[in-house]
Amino acid sequence: MSKDYKGVFVYVEQRDRKVQNVSLELIGKAKELAETLKEEVTAVVLGYKIQEQLNKLLQYGADNVIYVENEKLDIYMTEPYTKALVKVIKTKKPEMMLYGATAIGRDLAPRIACRMKTGLTADCTGLDINEENNNLMMTRPAFGGNIMATIECPDHRPQMATVRPGVMKKAEFDENRTGNIEKMDVEITKEDMTYEIIEVVKEKKEKMDIQEAVVLVSGGRGVGKPEKFELLKNVADELGGMVSASRAVIDSGWKAKDYQVGQTGKTVRPDLYVACGISGAIQHLAGMEESEFIVAINKDETAPIFEVADVGVVGDLNKVLPLLAEEIKKAKLEKYN
Amino acid sequence: MKIIVCIKQVPDTTEVKLDPKTGTLIREGVPSIINPDDKSGLEAALKLKDEYNAHVTALTMGPPQADVALREALAMGADDAVLLTDRAFAGADTWATSLTLAKALEKMEYDLIITGRQAIDGDTAQVGPEIAEHLGLPHISYVEGLEKEDNNLIVKRKFEDEYHKIRIKMPCLITALTELNEPRYMNVAGVYDAYKKEIKIMTFDDLDIDKEEIGLKGSPTRVKKSFTKGAKAAGKLYTDLDANEAAKLIVEKLKEKFII
Repeated sequence: MSKDYKGVFVYVEQRDRKVQNVSLELIGKAKELAETLKEEVTAVVLGYKIQEQLNKLLQYGADNVIYVENEKLDIYMTEPYTKALVKVIKTKKPEMMLYGATAIGRDLAPRIACRMKTGLTADCTGLDINEENNNLMMTRPAFGGNIMATIECPDHRPQMATVRPGVMKKAEFDENRTGNIEKMDVEITKEDMTYEIIEVVKEKKEKMDIQEAVVLVSGGRGVGKPEKFELLKNVADELGGMVSASRAVIDSGWKAKDYQVGQTGKTVRPDLYVACGISGAIQHLAGMEESEFIVAINKDETAPIFEVADVGVVGDLNKVLPLLAEEIKKAKLEKYN
Repeated sequence: MKIIVCIKQVPDTTEVKLDPKTGTLIREGVPSIINPDDKSGLEAALKLKDEYNAHVTALTMGPPQADVALREALAMGADDAVLLTDRAFAGADTWATSLTLAKALEKMEYDLIITGRQAIDGDTAQVGPEIAEHLGLPHISYVEGLEKEDNNLIVKRKFEDEYHKIRIKMPCLITALTELNEPRYMNVAGVYDAYKKEIKIMTFDDLDIDKEEIGLKGSPTRVKKSFTKGAKAAGKLYTDLDANEAAKLIVEKLKEKFII
């Protein structure tokens, strides 16, 4: 069966006619997979007035671009997108098809999987080729992130996965890279518009709740004075996170109660918790020890916070934090260029 | 108006601990709950019942003990409950699970099907849209607001940094976010009644379905291996790094964890 199916395809998500970062990350990963298989990478874009975005996909590593241009595809809607992409898949028969695990990808991919009668693995954080049979090995967290599972789709094609944004690495941008661009037509009828979008409302990020933050940079008495929280904020900004604090800080009036982590404050479990100058009283630990990954910076080697930290650094936060903000900035630049 | 809410009984994954020695999951003593997104969807249905006298049926697919989740749904105010259970359904991935549920739904009457966006044990978010596809129904996922307007629903569909206000005609399927609702508590009379009510059981024999299409056999995907990320070892303490080394080390660790 797999002889008829060729190539690694990426569904390129555009919103407001702009290619989303996750799609470029997927092209980067698809390139690696395709090299192993000695096949090509094809990027598929659906939308309206999207031509300007197409070259970029080649420059980021796609060998081919297929686009479907239709006014009815301007804003994402499930059925028109499903119909268009199913036509591309049926015509081109990809071996693999990758989607971003976004609010669109996770809506679209299941419908496609079902219509194509093939498997779909959700929210993957790892993709590899099985050396024995060239199958795609898709690794994902499950059970609240407590276990990882590697999944294959042996007998159905295309093998499909949604992939968590921010996990894969973009390929290097090459201005001179070219490739084939092909337009495909798909008829979208009135019946395909299965619902009506009355309004699109952009949401401004309002003051967020620390419980919703993915990254928290948290300060304790060891920060020294309120102005020093700026150091924490710089790191939090680089990571798209927020600043929170321990009870000592709230009691001193340096921060509002809304930002307090701990037994009498809020319980948080972000992906990353950076504890700065926090000794780690039990009441504080109770509010944050379930965080996915904990980094602690403290002068005092015996501070209890180090017992729950994944990485503990004995040092002066005044020196470490500014350098940390710099290093993160550098790492991000490397990743996104 | 007839509403069917698909619920799943899940282990409370926030209560799951890892055995620090073996690195395996400790499942004993972990409570089973109604999946939070599903419960939010159930509440949406019950609100429509309060306001429009909708008839609410809770449907679950699972082992016989998933009956507990259905009793809870009844105690919250659902009118009926259906348990879809058969050894033949075991080992199903999302494709086969959604087909099985769709085949059961075909035997039932509905204007609206509600599922949770995703279950906390599998986190796939695929079963809702796949049920809709099997049934040939339109669906809206990631719903954070819901109102009825004649034979239509007006829903708020969440995206990363925007939402769409959508009008959709019933019959349709929606997948609910936890943010949609604060589920009500069971009331005492409800709990009492819940145990008097009969839960309808459906098995393989009740469905028009081929054995080749369900359970492990009907599943396109295969779990090749599963592993824990490792028990949370007491982390590493670095006592003799200078500030520069410390910053570099932290960034390396964050990259390993995909945080950067």
